Amino acid sequence: MKKTIIKTILAAGIAAIAIPASAKTELQWWHAMGGRLGEVVDEIATNYNASQSEYEIIPTYKGGYEDTMTAGIAAFRAKQQPHIIQIFDAGAATIINAPGATIPVADLMQEYGKGFDIEDYIEGVRYFYADSAGKMIGMPFNASTPLLYFNKEAFAKAGITNPPATWEEFEEMAPKLKAAGYTALAQSHSPWILSENFHSRHNLQLATGNNGYDSTDVEILYNNDSMKMHWGKMKEWLDNGHYGFYGRAWGDNQDAFVQKKVAMWMGSSGSFGGLKKSTDFEFGTTFLPYWKSVIDEPKGTFIGGAALFAMSGKPDAEYKGVADFFSYMTNPANQVFWHKETGYVPITTAAYDVAKAEGYYNESPDAEVGILQLSQPGGEWTKGYRLGYYVQIRDVMYSKFDDIFSGKSSVDDAFAEMEAESNKLLARFAATYK
Amino acid sequence: MKRVQFEHSSIPYLFIAPQIVIIAVFFLWPAGQAVHQSFLLEDAFGLSSQFVWFKNYTDTIGDASWLQAAWFTAVFSALVTFLSLGIALLLAVKANEVIRGARAYRTTLMWAYAIAPPVAGLMGNLMFHPLIGDLYKFLNAIGWDFNHKLDSFDAGFVVVLIAVWKQVSVNFIFFLSGLQGISKAVNEAALMDCKSPTRRFWTITFPLLAPTTFFLMVINITYAFFETFGIIDTTTGGAPGGSTNTLVYKVFQDGFRGADLGGSSAQSVVLMVIVLVLTVIQFRFIERKVHY
Repeated sequence: MKKTIIKTILAAGIAAIAIPASAKTELQWWHAMGGRLGEVVDEIATNYNASQSEYEIIPTYKGGYEDTMTAGIAAFRAKQQPHIIQIFDAGAATIINAPGATIPVADLMQEYGKGFDIEDYIEGVRYFYADSAGKMIGMPFNASTPLLYFNKEAFAKAGITNPPATWEEFEEMAPKLKAAGYTALAQSHSPWILSENFHSRHNLQLATGNNGYDSTDVEILYNNDSMKMHWGKMKEWLDNGHYGFYGRAWGDNQDAFVQKKVAMWMGSSGSFGGLKKSTDFEFGTTFLPYWKSVIDEPKGTFIGGAALFAMSGKPDAEYKGVADFFSYMTNPANQVFWHKETGYVPITTAAYDVAKAEGYYNESPDAEVGILQLSQPGGEWTKGYRLGYYVQIRDVMYSKFDDIFSGKSSVDDAFAEMEAESNKLLARFAATYK
Repeated sequence: MKRVQFEHSSIPYLFIAPQIVIIAVFFLWPAGQAVHQSFLLEDAFGLSSQFVWFKNYTDTIGDASWLQAAWFTAVFSALVTFLSLGIALLLAVKANEVIRGARAYRTTLMWAYAIAPPVAGLMGNLMFHPLIGDLYKFLNAIGWDFNHKLDSFDAGFVVVLIAVWKQVSVNFIFFLSGLQGISKAVNEAALMDCKSPTRRFWTITFPLLAPTTFFLMVINITYAFFETFGIIDTTTGGAPGGSTNTLVYKVFQDGFRGADLGGSSAQSVVLMVIVLVLTVIQFRFIERKVHY
């Protein structure tokens, strides 16, 4: 009796070991896409798993961007890392500068996949997750760009026909909107929209060392006249009732637009789908305004969002699967699906062409505004930035913007403090990641 | 009385072994790791590492944002401890005197006990929401130019209010049972000697409650230091301008959000020392005044 039990257990054990070998190779994919976005991710994975018989991609939602990065770091340290991890823009420097934490996507596709050409990707997407030599390290995944949304009803009430192209125009129309009962503007992410992309739009350098791409030993350049001028204006607009500040939370500022308290809101091109569902008025989208006094011909913006990184330390056979999945995901059909379902921009020109050919932008022209803005002519400083401890630097920025708004600091003091505190963080990062 | 002496045997050690193992695994080992990590500059993924002595301490401790967090933590903890103990004691004394419907009062007052700090924070967030918050509207309607998104005093008010509200019911339960533990005979004897209820309270009831109060004080300070993390995270997130950052929240922000393990470990070691010193002070100087 005893012997048979042992035999059964042994047999079961052998069977358990044997099963995975004959089944598909499992590929873990940790992501930060919650809600509807998570459902779309699951759908992509299901479709991929059904499309071939060799690999099984397993998507796991790990919480917000920071949570996902922390989970990935902890897993890597415990040698339990997933094959693919989604890392957001502000965390890019942390993973890219850690020596050998990932396999650059360009190398991965060359070695295990069907080759790689960076020119396939659209302009504003191309170099954001690349190294200083232009080699792509992370595969852009959910790419969005900041846009201006405007309430058409509010504009009609105030007798305004077109949304502002420049901040000078904005200043002229803000009092009219106030008279019509609206605060002119709110926005949901001051570091991303009104600092990083402010520099891209006006073609201004934001950090030394080629915006931080060339080295970790860099300093921040936010303490410049254009930025200070703009934030001086922001404070003025806040005091005059032309700008509404509803805290740092993304949603609270977006809600102010949905509830018709503010006539314009700056958010993400990816917010489009959600707004379409939650608003009961007609709204339009347009490019981010720029200062005519700073630049005559504005440049494009760059992407926000996150990229997929292939983590190192896995067997070759599994990387073949990762490369296969990456090429599946970037094929035009899947990019267009992702674009339509989520509002994120397609990352390849081929996918963009397919969406155009399908007539998607004729039925919803607003979905194209983000891509058009990203495809605007690039300048010297429009490819992005790569700064260490940027999560903390963004916190510093938020704090200093609070201080400007509350009147605790003058604009000059706030930016001087921001520069000093950010440079301290950058120096720490440089000492850690040489 | 003769003290009972057991023969030396290994059985007592066996009994405390599980507790020792738990302390070793969940406290000593992680604390040791934190101390070790606090002397290293290491990339987040642990691929390169250098021993840097006290650089992490000098970089983070004494930094303007750390000092701000330390100051806020001190004020916040003092306020939360004092207010939640004071209010709970008052409510417990009053509820203890109620005869009709006593049970209903007590149950209602205990209710909030079951609410986790982050949930309390989310509820508070809703009530203080600038667009739909009733308390936000109310405070502005009575003439307070209330804006916790920009005013650091108002933001402090919000987190203290939520933290106190959540903690009062815990304290209430302990105070109430402490009050009920005071013998009726003592109270009746006091009633014959002294007419003033206030005086009776301070000379008889309060000293007899001292063990409970001391225990609650230790618990409440720990609560204000650590558990209010969830409230801060769900309401202000340290805003405006870092004015509602507590030391624990900063450890989390730098270490878990920002992936700066060395700096974050150094801060947590310092925090550990602060709490250690506080606990020693409590037991050495305050507990002496407590009679069990």
